[in-house]
Amino acid sequence: MTIVSNTSAAPAGKDKRNKPKGPWRTALSRLLRDKLAVASFLFLASIILSTASATYYADHISQTDPFQSNLDGHIEISGEPAEIMAADSEGLGLGVTPIGPTWTGQYLLGADAQGRDVAARLLYGGQNSLIVAFSSTALCLLLAGVVGTVSGFLGGIVDTILSRLLDIIWAFPIYLLAISLSIVLISKGLQIGPFHIPSNSLLLPITIIGVVYVPYVARPIRGQVLTLAKSDFVLASVCLGMPTARILVRDILPNVVTTLIVFAPIMMSLSILTESSLSFLSIGVQPPAASWGTIIQDGQGLLYTRPLVAIAPGLAIIITVLCLNFLGDGVKEAFDPKAKLRVGKD
Amino acid sequence: MLLAVVRRAFDMVFVMFGISVIAFLIFFATPGSDPSARIAGRNATPEMLAQVRASFGFDRPLYVQYGRLMQRLFIARDLTSFVNRGQKVVPAVLQATPVTLSLVFGAAVIWLTAGIGLGIVATIFRGTVIDKGLMLLALCGVSMPVFWFGSVMNLITQSRFHDTWLFSWVPGLGYTSFFESPSLWFKTLVVPWFTLSVLFIGLYARVLRASLSENYQEDYVRTARAKGLSESRIMLRHALRTSLITLLSMFGLDFGALVGGGAILTEVVFNLPGIGRLTYQALQNLDLPFIMATVMYSTFFVVLANALVDVAHAWLDPRVRDAR
Repeated sequence: MTIVSNTSAAPAGKDKRNKPKGPWRTALSRLLRDKLAVASFLFLASIILSTASATYYADHISQTDPFQSNLDGHIEISGEPAEIMAADSEGLGLGVTPIGPTWTGQYLLGADAQGRDVAARLLYGGQNSLIVAFSSTALCLLLAGVVGTVSGFLGGIVDTILSRLLDIIWAFPIYLLAISLSIVLISKGLQIGPFHIPSNSLLLPITIIGVVYVPYVARPIRGQVLTLAKSDFVLASVCLGMPTARILVRDILPNVVTTLIVFAPIMMSLSILTESSLSFLSIGVQPPAASWGTIIQDGQGLLYTRPLVAIAPGLAIIITVLCLNFLGDGVKEAFDPKAKLRVGKD
Repeated sequence: MLLAVVRRAFDMVFVMFGISVIAFLIFFATPGSDPSARIAGRNATPEMLAQVRASFGFDRPLYVQYGRLMQRLFIARDLTSFVNRGQKVVPAVLQATPVTLSLVFGAAVIWLTAGIGLGIVATIFRGTVIDKGLMLLALCGVSMPVFWFGSVMNLITQSRFHDTWLFSWVPGLGYTSFFESPSLWFKTLVVPWFTLSVLFIGLYARVLRASLSENYQEDYVRTARAKGLSESRIMLRHALRTSLITLLSMFGLDFGALVGGGAILTEVVFNLPGIGRLTYQALQNLDLPFIMATVMYSTFFVVLANALVDVAHAWLDPRVRDAR
């Protein structure tokens, strides 16, 4: 970097060069130097783009409705007609086996037990998986940021109540909490005053996953805010007579946001895994909507005959989660190398 | 030390109470539908609904309902399922416990050995290809949905390679009690053990690798090296000891969480009749009394495990022991 002397009578516009880069730009440039993280980010972007093209894929390439069962349809593979649900040649010949991967436009990865195109469903399911993961992470970080900051900054009775509540949710096993919430919401949906959330709404898994992970983020944030509240620069602001709101916004919040950013990719990878598990247990995304978890569940019955139905969405999950974890490592190194995070399920 | 234990026990009771209240509120006070309809199941007659309403006290205030539920769950233990008419819920849960314990205990042995082993190897070779390869493998393990991996293992061991010498010994899905046939018990559980442990092997190897390489920067390791101790002694007696405390507290939490419902996915995929699969079946039938029992009993187990870990932690780590 070139050094520009302070004493030279530089024009006002050039003053910027004297300023050191802000923490955000430093972190960003550090992140951009991390090749693995950048590659993961680009790969994630391509996954998001391809799931976004699900409608186009279904209309123009697979040319089937991935939500409509297609039990007696035919397609042509290199001129030969083929049944989508072929009768079994072995045994009594009563059962039917869906068509296997054709590796061409239609039924690229074969059909599921209802004759639906797995490749097209994979893209539609990916949309839902990513939407749920993204929204529940956003919800979780928002709630955790607010609860952690309020609890750490106000202290006293508010802190006691909030951190006790967090302790209790923390001790509640994730799956059991999610199962308990799901079983009461799954039949009729949720009714709060005039608002009704139907039981097949994506909002339910989003809320459930978002809420159960709040303590994982809120507890570290609370600890951080406790330390920040005692730090010299906050003391300085207090001494200068700054209003509390200003101290919160200018001194505390930027630090909390950095921590939240470090948490974001890891919480997202956790959310994807949790969503798929809940959907596998049939308490996540509800049919007819699909997610990667529900497609794996659909593939269970075909595991030994058409394993690709269950394997393909699993691979999609692994690749996405791996990318998020790589990105998470990069973001952590760039923003806050000392942060202690635990990658993995609960 | 004694004071710490008493304080922890007090904490534990508080958290148990809190959890039971939250679970109770979720089951009985979620806005949307009538709790007696949820308990009575799908095809409930009006008489059944009235009976449920009376026996759970839905015409009484919430705290009476809470008291009645706790009394029926833990003291009278006479909660019955309405989907499987008349089946007592609590004995069924207790009966399923050994299956879950067998699964989690075996997996724990595998993941502790392999996780610690991999973590040490990666630290010894830190910065080399071996280290990077192992850590990538660990990250893959952490990134897999366990039920998917279980399905793939089933595909390999039950179908595709079942006829080869590799997996011909794997019995069909299901569970055999240890007291019936120890060898069959072992054989049926090997694949589930491995499946369940993979995630934790990855997790523990990563955490141990990070913790060990941090310890290697510490002064006491430099001192040990300056004294001329061998590398293996530095690793085993100095660096690893400190890191094991971190792993211990992780282990307690994970073990508790797995016994208390975390193993549900593995049990479902491998058709093991443990608490997890019981919960799953109840979920399929919307059998609320069952879910209430499994949730309450399992969370209490988790809280108990956490408290035990904290006490063990205080006992092992002098920094914690003397701080209180």
